Amino acid sequence: MGHKKGYITRFLTPIDKRETMAKITWKMEDGSEITAEVKNGLNLMEAATANNVPHIEGECGGCLSCATCHVFVDPEWFAKTGEIDDIEDTMLEMTDVEREDNSRLSCQIIASDALDGLVLYVPEPE
Amino acid sequence: MTAPIVIVGAGQAAASFISRHVTLGSPQPLLLIGEEPHPPYQRPPLSKKYLLGNLARERLFIRPPEWYAEQHVGLRFDTRIDRIDRGKHQVVTDTGEAIDYDKLLLCTGSSARRLPAAMGGDLDGVFTLRSIADIDRRASEFQAGRRLLIIGGGYIGLEAAAVARQLGLEVTLLEMAERILQRVAAAETSAYFRNLHQAHGVDLRESTRLTRLLGEDGKVRGAELESGEIIDADLVLVGIGGSPNIELAQAAGLECDNGILVNSVCQTSDPDIYAAGDCSCFERGGQRIRLESVQNAADQGDLVARHLAGEDVSYTAIPWFWSDQYDCKLQIVGLNQGHNHTVTRPGSSGASLSIWYYRDAELLAIDAINEPKSYAFGRKIIEAGINPSPQLVADPATDLKTLALGR
Repeated sequence: MGHKKGYITRFLTPIDKRETMAKITWKMEDGSEITAEVKNGLNLMEAATANNVPHIEGECGGCLSCATCHVFVDPEWFAKTGEIDDIEDTMLEMTDVEREDNSRLSCQIIASDALDGLVLYVPEPE
Repeated sequence: MTAPIVIVGAGQAAASFISRHVTLGSPQPLLLIGEEPHPPYQRPPLSKKYLLGNLARERLFIRPPEWYAEQHVGLRFDTRIDRIDRGKHQVVTDTGEAIDYDKLLLCTGSSARRLPAAMGGDLDGVFTLRSIADIDRRASEFQAGRRLLIIGGGYIGLEAAAVARQLGLEVTLLEMAERILQRVAAAETSAYFRNLHQAHGVDLRESTRLTRLLGEDGKVRGAELESGEIIDADLVLVGIGGSPNIELAQAAGLECDNGILVNSVCQTSDPDIYAAGDCSCFERGGQRIRLESVQNAADQGDLVARHLAGEDVSYTAIPWFWSDQYDCKLQIVGLNQGHNHTVTRPGSSGASLSIWYYRDAELLAIDAINEPKSYAFGRKIIEAGINPSPQLVADPATDLKTLALGR
């Protein structure tokens, strides 16, 4: 595997030093995981690509047109990630790995204090 | 030591290639060479959120600048490649430095067409939108009350018009064809965006030809139309399409024709040289086409990495595009070239609809306007090769999900 296993922590440069960070963990199917401190306000697709999380592409830049940032949210955390709007709900129908009840497009999850400790599972397309 | 795979052009295709190469754990070293001072960045937001001032520059970067070094990717920014020496397997910079390559990937992109100097194209205040630098140079001039003239009613012009209106500029847009988006969309889509922009106060003029831009002391101050009318302007955006950057490839004797000709694995006429993204011209459905889109750049870059890693792949991706204007989201799937009829599917609200393009019974493409269901399920429908009848599509009672997924 090309991506680094174990813990990688990267601090994205805060624009405003008062801003706080949320610790986010992505777990891969092969058992590896990546944890990063993500600045509040960034979306978790950006955070994933910045931290070299595999299989999260985010080709459309987060404008809900590509469905390439699909994640499964740890059920304990799901409610805290916010509402799924109609567009995201529709786009979740076209993910490479079929959606489940805890599916989200990670570009629509915004890092915040409430998500500190969030765990995401990254589906691996065929 | 093995020479690296050298990537010339640091855009979306390059970033996608590198990401896949890294994910696959391919051992061969990479060297990325770009003319701009930035790592690969997203261009679509330039004429949207970035111009509006709603997106920090660092959020445009596809990967953080330091990511490349962490992945052991060599980086050369602000570096222009002057020629390819195929015999020596080298690229040569404009300062004469020769760099060895094992394989070469050309991601040279495309350039915005400009107005000729004889028409005032080189006056101060006349600009195109293609790069971070283009926006950074102009953003401070996008101030309420200033008069922006846009030449060309394509997506760039329309997106910039939307941003300018949101910022309070007075906007006039000239389109020489009968309708905006004429080259790329059906009359129904053009009509929707015409109405949208007029409702937002854009002075939108179709079938209108520019004679020349007018200047004073080298600075643009307006435009003269073929009708003789003079339009005053402080700023002029030229959005009249793009042309592929093929000079390097041409000079090296690679086969080119509206782009660098490539096969189904993006290989050029030299088997050690690949081309991906806006600059490549490839075969689809028996025709050679070239696409200027994120999808094409990303998918082709990805494909080259897989191919070089020994995967059995070929390029068959279904194109998709999007445009954001005001609060309107246009999503397009497929390619409508060659369509001979369309059908309009009413949307779930008055501000939404989708236009479905057919060649005879074959569904080619869909323009979905504020209608993500038509886009998402339409993509599934096109991917699956289902060709629903226009009558079925036009009936709002038809459930697209059922049609797409058979459930």
